[in-house]
Amino acid sequence: MKRYSKMLCGKFALTAAVLIITVIGVAVDAFAQAASTSDSGIPEVKFINQQIRQQWADYQIKPSMKATDGEWVRRVYLDIIGRVPTVEELQAYTSDRDREKKVKLVQSLLHDDKYTEEYAKNWTTIWTNVLIGRSGGTERNSLTNREGLQKFLRDSFARNKYYNEMVYELVTATGSNSPGQENFNGAVNFLTMKLEENATLATAQTSRIFLGLQVQCTQCHNHPFNEWKQQKFWEMNAFFRQTRALRRFTPGTRDVSFVELINQDFAGEGLTQTPEKADIYYELRNGVTRVAYPVFVDGTKIDPSGYVEDVIRRTELGKLITESEYMDKMIVNRIWSHFMGYGFTKPIDDMGPHNPATHPELVSYLGAQFRQKNYDLKELISWIALSEAYSLSSRTNSTNETIDDPVLGETPKFSRFYLRQMRAEELYESLVTATQAANGKGSYEEQERRKGQWLSQFITAFGNDEGEEGTTFNGTIPQALMMFNGDLIKTASSKGNGSFLSNLANDAELNNTEKINHLFLAALSRKPSTNEIKVANQLLLARKGELVAALQDIWWAVLNSNEFILNH
Amino acid sequence: MSNLARNGMSRRHFMSHMAGASSMVIPSLTMGQTLQDNAEDLKRRRKSAILLWMGGGPSTMDIWDLKPGAPTGGPFKPIATSGNAQISEHMPLMAKQMHNMAIVRSMSTREADHGRGRYYMHTGYVPNPNIEHPSYGAVLSNQLIDQRPELEIPPFVAVGGGSVGPGFLGMSWAPFTVSSTGQVRNLQMGLEDTRLYQRMYALDLIEKGFINQRRGSAATDHQKILKKTLNLMTSEQMEAFKVASEPDDVKERYGNTNFGRGCLMARRLVEIGVPFIEVGLGGWDNHSNIHTTLRDQKLPELDQAMSALVEDLEQRGLLEDTAIVWMGEFSRTPRINGNAGRDHWARSWSVVVGGAGMNGVIAVGETNSDGTRVETDPYTSQDVMASVCKALGISLQTTFTSNNGRPMKIANSGKVIKELFS
Repeated sequence: MKRYSKMLCGKFALTAAVLIITVIGVAVDAFAQAASTSDSGIPEVKFINQQIRQQWADYQIKPSMKATDGEWVRRVYLDIIGRVPTVEELQAYTSDRDREKKVKLVQSLLHDDKYTEEYAKNWTTIWTNVLIGRSGGTERNSLTNREGLQKFLRDSFARNKYYNEMVYELVTATGSNSPGQENFNGAVNFLTMKLEENATLATAQTSRIFLGLQVQCTQCHNHPFNEWKQQKFWEMNAFFRQTRALRRFTPGTRDVSFVELINQDFAGEGLTQTPEKADIYYELRNGVTRVAYPVFVDGTKIDPSGYVEDVIRRTELGKLITESEYMDKMIVNRIWSHFMGYGFTKPIDDMGPHNPATHPELVSYLGAQFRQKNYDLKELISWIALSEAYSLSSRTNSTNETIDDPVLGETPKFSRFYLRQMRAEELYESLVTATQAANGKGSYEEQERRKGQWLSQFITAFGNDEGEEGTTFNGTIPQALMMFNGDLIKTASSKGNGSFLSNLANDAELNNTEKINHLFLAALSRKPSTNEIKVANQLLLARKGELVAALQDIWWAVLNSNEFILNH
Repeated sequence: MSNLARNGMSRRHFMSHMAGASSMVIPSLTMGQTLQDNAEDLKRRRKSAILLWMGGGPSTMDIWDLKPGAPTGGPFKPIATSGNAQISEHMPLMAKQMHNMAIVRSMSTREADHGRGRYYMHTGYVPNPNIEHPSYGAVLSNQLIDQRPELEIPPFVAVGGGSVGPGFLGMSWAPFTVSSTGQVRNLQMGLEDTRLYQRMYALDLIEKGFINQRRGSAATDHQKILKKTLNLMTSEQMEAFKVASEPDDVKERYGNTNFGRGCLMARRLVEIGVPFIEVGLGGWDNHSNIHTTLRDQKLPELDQAMSALVEDLEQRGLLEDTAIVWMGEFSRTPRINGNAGRDHWARSWSVVVGGAGMNGVIAVGETNSDGTRVETDPYTSQDVMASVCKALGISLQTTFTSNNGRPMKIANSGKVIKELFS
């Protein structure tokens, strides 16, 4: 415990290094007997392991064997910082003899300065997609400034802002949405485009994303199978009715220059406007009209006044959300699902009573611990990344092959690592890292723009006002065509002077087999098999000894494999 | 192995490595003489379906089932058509095609959320966390594929977004999503064939090694998609996507819009033998200013493209073997809201179907005077699917086994809409 909390304090890691080493020495002895499985003496990890094991026992499942070092290190880099490890990073880990090297690596990825930017970038990407989708901000005359939101998120993750603070800021934000404008606050971009039509979208998405409650159906009628009633939707909606997104135009044009999100007095919708008790109305299916005031999901009422001077409704909502247990459970489910491939519910953001979690005690426990640790996302991440379930191989055995396959409709029991495809962004960053590609040069904004341009080829819109969208980077033919022939792969496997492959071919310190090894390690975090070496040598023969061309063929094959694109 | 070192590894030999089981061998390479002989026969009776998918939920009481007298009927007036039913005045070109199409005016469904409605109308099932159902496109292309051994390109093509995936049928039946320009990205490798096959040989070795480690279906699915991709890259049938090569007057008839180009592409794909094409037209989620949006944008675009498609299919003799379904995830409230829009509504609405021997001309069922209730037998997504299956000659007893072992009847036991076949 003591050792663990010390290790989290990355900021004075250097000065404390000696102390930490001393404490590790003591701690390993102290915990060697106590820990039944390898939980590194972290109580949260121990609890996760116990809970997950309990279900294995219930279903008479034997868990898959442990993942190899290479497999584990690959997935932990992908999941925490959004790319595969370099050959050097991989070898540093595999050659480490420390029995607590897993803890060391996870803490390093979370807390070392050299990874801060990549950590922040990865989670910024993930949260941008959660908050405004993959195409948010790219619409013509959009009210969303994608770059603005990303600035806010990047700053939040780089500083490891506590999760409750981040949520509070997103829900309550006011200010200008574009960087460089006076009173800039990137957080407003979560809501700027969700306020039309009486903020129904803001209501539905705030509830879904932060509380795991799907209320969109109850806008028009009582939900057929959860306890949400139409009344609750409009009571929640009432919190957003003082909020306005004001368009600021470029002088002399009708182009939106930027958007300002403000709170203003709300007089209510009644015929006789009574701002001191600002009401809204909605219609039941039978035509009867009902009134609603701001009431939170748990029944907490706030001052119904519409005057900003009396009460700022979104500020109250921000407090209520961050005090709610729903928020804790939702974030636990989101992070768990990110690392494990499946959450405790499906979909992960539908956690109402009608959709019970597979491991309810574990969700509650992790939510409570997360709250106790001040909503520190890095704590939560380390518990999950160091758990036994996360350390298992994706290879199945006869006891878990079918009963623990969520693809077959079974509930996940986490007795194996579930294969899942890299996100398009992870592929992009992995290739930039593995090939030291030119895409990774230039300012942060330039890099992000190039990446955004490349990503846009995969987006398909569903054509409704809720901005729903799909991606063709989903394992179908357009993705395979991109991997076969696309510019990104062409660049990554270029043999021009100074390219990754040309440098490798010319490396005088490596023999041919070592060069082939290097390609497999860079992409798959493992060495090639005997057969794979054999085929590589045949390719060299077929290329009539032109080494760089043969390396090009091998690199192409490796990058196009299932083993590369599937996080395993 | 020694084949690889020699430069001249044949495509057939290579494919046999790639394919493993013979059933997986790519049709174009194995099409023997017997199949050639049958090809003409098959071509004669091969059936197709086109889904015109209206993302967002179109207001059918402003298009197909007008209520001019009702207080919330809206400003549009009905006009006479070449069929029995009247439709909106802003659909003048479709009015001339209604002898080919039937309006089912008694649709009544329960899903009024976009995601749930899209899933339900595409599959006939409500969303279920434990199973992913295949969409109609996946099911029908799966059932119709045997009629076209010559097909080298994917049997389920989606133009634009909004389609639903193959569910438990597996990635092989996923929609091939293309943009309406017909430009398929990254089609050219720019390598000589021999070198491509040598690369594929190396790739296949890695691919199989991973699959043999029993890591789950995603690994196997990946390999199947690789084969389909290679097949498509080398196929001349890809020409069918090139709508730009059509004569200008034809393109103009369909309209210079994404949906126009999509409908034109659908015709070309039916001609080359693709069994299921879905063309998406979004923008129907009209919570505000619905009538100006419909009058000025949505209906002209829809009218021009849909009418040109029906007309072309009829003229080419393809309509008798091609089912057309027009629908969205739901419709919109008979009530007009404070923003001059209509909200989500699933209880009483219309879809339009025709072709493949289904009766045109008629309107099936009816709603009450203000459109808030269905007055006759209500129909569902399953019923529309059952009717399309019947029209395409697919038995309603056809059963799939989902990957958790549960049997699933095609069209989820929907009942055939009998008026379409009498």
